[in-house]
Amino acid sequence: MSPHISIKAEAVFEFFGFPITNSFLTTLIVIILFFFIARYYNFQLNKENKSLSFYALHGLFLGIYNMLTSVLHKNTNRFYTLLGAFFFFILMANWSGLIPGVGSILIKPSVHENQIKEELIVPVDEPVVHLEEEINGEIVVEKEHVAKLIPLLRGGTADLNSTIALALITVFMTQLYGFKFLGPVDHLKKYLDFRDPIMIMLGPLEVIQEFARIVSFSFRLYGNIFAGEVLLTIVPFLLPIAFSFVVAPMFFMEIFVGFVQALVFVMLSAVFLNMSISHH
Amino acid sequence: MRLLATAIAIGVGVIGPGLGVGLIGSKAMEALGRNPEAESAVRTTMILAAAFAESIAIFALVVALIIKFVV
Repeated sequence: MSPHISIKAEAVFEFFGFPITNSFLTTLIVIILFFFIARYYNFQLNKENKSLSFYALHGLFLGIYNMLTSVLHKNTNRFYTLLGAFFFFILMANWSGLIPGVGSILIKPSVHENQIKEELIVPVDEPVVHLEEEINGEIVVEKEHVAKLIPLLRGGTADLNSTIALALITVFMTQLYGFKFLGPVDHLKKYLDFRDPIMIMLGPLEVIQEFARIVSFSFRLYGNIFAGEVLLTIVPFLLPIAFSFVVAPMFFMEIFVGFVQALVFVMLSAVFLNMSISHH
Repeated sequence: MRLLATAIAIGVGVIGPGLGVGLIGSKAMEALGRNPEAESAVRTTMILAAAFAESIAIFALVVALIIKFVV
């Protein structure tokens, strides 16, 4: 048996023509879990005798708050709703890939990747020869693909789509708060300023930097989590005899990496938000 | 040929981050030697900086994996 490694999330089934991927399923579970944990925290907050798990959660909550205070100072309360939600969501999405059963329960997909691709290709008005070639290529691939099983669940942030979505939210929010705190004129001056010859050159660079931010944010998170999954998949094949002695430390390292990456994402968001709301 | 490309991508790609993590560690040790009371602050910032340097290596790893499994 060869290890199953897929660089992107695979479609498990189709919902009204909309492919539902395995990462999306896990993310849905994480969101539902998030909701219940938040309800539990809120419920415990108003009680006289609080449980031990509440204090564990509360400690983490305060730790992140204090860490963000060192960056955002007096604006922490305004941004904590966004950044705190980011932190706990990313943390749970990172760790969701490490739960036993996620990635190891295999199912036969009811929809093939090629089927979707073919549907996408056909309506396009392209030269006939080219189309036939492509379909021929698809058929060859499909024959290999039929017997393939795919995992039912896959770590939430081990899918590039979700990390790009998170990065887009962050960059959009920095722009939004830039407009709100500095005013439209002062904010746009960062990108377009003709009074100073240096700023004429630096303005476009700032625009490029915003796009580079999306790429670096999303690839950092995706790469770390995906690399962790690949590592955990490959290592047992390298040394099958001492299986648990090798995998267990790797597993703890992945738990640590998941935590650190959630922290890094939130700290960077905080730094960029702070940059966008402060005057030069 | 593809195996060679994968090996070069990851092998050359981790040189920079390796040097970076080493420098971060050495500077953190220096700071700790000068000011041992600031251990927790130094440790947190060191881990954050090391994670940033490591993420460059992860970019190289993603490229290597794409070469290996996708292209």
